[in-house]
Amino acid sequence: MNNASELLTISDLHTGFSIKDTYYNAVDGVSLTLRKNEILAIVGESGCGKSTLATSIIGLHNSNKTRVIGEIKFKDLNLANLSEDKMNKVRGNDIGMIFQDPLSALNPLMRIGDQIEESLVYHTDLNQEQRKARVLELLAQVGIPNPTRTARQFPHQLSGGMRQRVIIAIAIACKPAIIIADEPTTALDVTIQAQILDLLIELQKETGAGIILITHDLGVVAEVAHRVAVMYAGQVIEEAPVNELFNNPKHPYTRSLLNSIPQANSNAERLQVIQGLVPSLINLPREGCRFAPRIPWIPAEAHEAQPALHEVAPGHLVRCTCWKHFYFQSEDEMGGIVE
Amino acid sequence: MSFMQIQDLRVHYPIRGGFFNTIQDHVLAVDGISMEFEEGKTYGLVGESGCGKSTTGKSIIGLEKITSGKIIYEGKDVTNARRQRNSAYNRDIQMIFQDAHSSLNPRKRVSEILAEPLRNFMKLTPDEERRRINELLAIVGMPEDVKLKYPHEFSGGQKQRIGIARAIATNPKLIIADEPVSALDLSVQAQVLNFMKDIQKELGLTYLFISHDLGVVKHMCDEINIMYKGRFVETGTKQDIYSNPEHIYTKRLLSAIPNIEPATRDERKIERQRVEANYQVENKKYFDENGRVFDLRPISDTHQVAMTASEQGGN
Repeated sequence: MNNASELLTISDLHTGFSIKDTYYNAVDGVSLTLRKNEILAIVGESGCGKSTLATSIIGLHNSNKTRVIGEIKFKDLNLANLSEDKMNKVRGNDIGMIFQDPLSALNPLMRIGDQIEESLVYHTDLNQEQRKARVLELLAQVGIPNPTRTARQFPHQLSGGMRQRVIIAIAIACKPAIIIADEPTTALDVTIQAQILDLLIELQKETGAGIILITHDLGVVAEVAHRVAVMYAGQVIEEAPVNELFNNPKHPYTRSLLNSIPQANSNAERLQVIQGLVPSLINLPREGCRFAPRIPWIPAEAHEAQPALHEVAPGHLVRCTCWKHFYFQSEDEMGGIVE
Repeated sequence: MSFMQIQDLRVHYPIRGGFFNTIQDHVLAVDGISMEFEEGKTYGLVGESGCGKSTTGKSIIGLEKITSGKIIYEGKDVTNARRQRNSAYNRDIQMIFQDAHSSLNPRKRVSEILAEPLRNFMKLTPDEERRRINELLAIVGMPEDVKLKYPHEFSGGQKQRIGIARAIATNPKLIIADEPVSALDLSVQAQVLNFMKDIQKELGLTYLFISHDLGVVKHMCDEINIMYKGRFVETGTKQDIYSNPEHIYTKRLLSAIPNIEPATRDERKIERQRVEANYQVENKKYFDENGRVFDLRPISDTHQVAMTASEQGGN
């Protein structure tokens, strides 16, 4: 990959929250690259730091309580330590964000058209007429059947899927180079989810933007992503092209997750269970392999002292060496439910 | 043999308006559904948000007023009798809620939460009660010392297990599980689903499993009802629904499920768009002029489908 295609480079990012005057890192040493024309999925369970990563990129944290160390390189800027003024120029203009809950992300007292226009007022020199025209164009682009009518409506008059389309219209209003989508379809029904995902793929192809898709749903990842990063306890534990990840997962966590999905086309009687719990932020193990406590039957020697990402195939990175020794424990060996 | 039948259940909400705030119209949240429950089986109720699946569950357990229809439990009509305390029906039908956290009283300890159904329905001495609570905790795989803890001290999966322990406290026959795992992470979801299957075998429970996740439903259920606009569009065994869907709405729903095989996603997308286009053209045929789903008709011993207008006329 040459450097020209790289849109965003995150290197060794640490985002910590202050709890009783101590900083605890929710994102702990993440390095990722987003390229042009690419949908990069970030997957993980709740508390793994995937949303914190997204909000760090776009600078939505309360700076009094949060510490961001590391580099987020976008064009010539380092977004990690950009001043609020400069960040405002990037946010919504170069980087658009799609939120999970479309109802709470929209202002209930503003008409749809005005909400989309807002970022155009802020970031572009268009006059009022041009802005109105652009709003209708955007609404049509995201597949809203009657743009003129919808522009005059309020958020509560629209269905969940339509609201999410409006959010997408706002995100792409200024033709951003990067779109961050944080669980864009989690609040939607499956049929609507399919439509919204198709829309995202289409928009991505049209605009050439890079999309960071944050989700907990591996099904969604398999439908849209080009490359996937799996996160656990603040770290990326596996990164691979989408086919490689699903056909040839390496890390014990990825393999366990894939096995715990109830699939519509499988007939397995029982689902794979991962022992124990996702560690909380304060109790996060900071030394050694962070997944080790949840696979206690794998001997300690199998883990690295300082687990690093190793390239096992072109573009396929796995953290720690424990995957080489990993096997699934049968249910009898687990002895019922272990907490 | 089925121990419980639901016949033509309807729940209508009045829409009030006008000058005197009179009843103008009704929302037909549940509009004539019938089901039968057999012991030890799991029945799925699937549909998109707003289709009436949760209302169905709530009206069966008595949290929602039934407009018309009958619930027959062990030969007795319990449609209106079900609000009485100490009734066998109230004891034998229990519920697991979607959001375990908000379904547990934050000011009560686990022992008090589990004691509540016991005190309501079973006359136990304090000793017996304590023993039963320990027994319940053992069934859901939690140590006895959690009795003195409060709900906020537990993780999501543990809270859902306490919810399950409360539901099975009175030895119920039917448990209505309303989206029991949709608020949980994947690995925890697997734990809870496995566990629900285990106690089903052990205690001979019947589940009415309400969910929008077709993967989970396929994993759990023997028989599945697909619901749309307050009515069933298709009912059948797991095999009937997944390998041989007949109704256009079922086909659309099934084609929209994401699959974890990225290699074939382009083919699936084409197929999905074909089904969707077909749905836009054909769907009028499957509903009458008021947008209502037609009555179910059997196409095999286990499989029933709401037929199209032309087929309906032909019969």
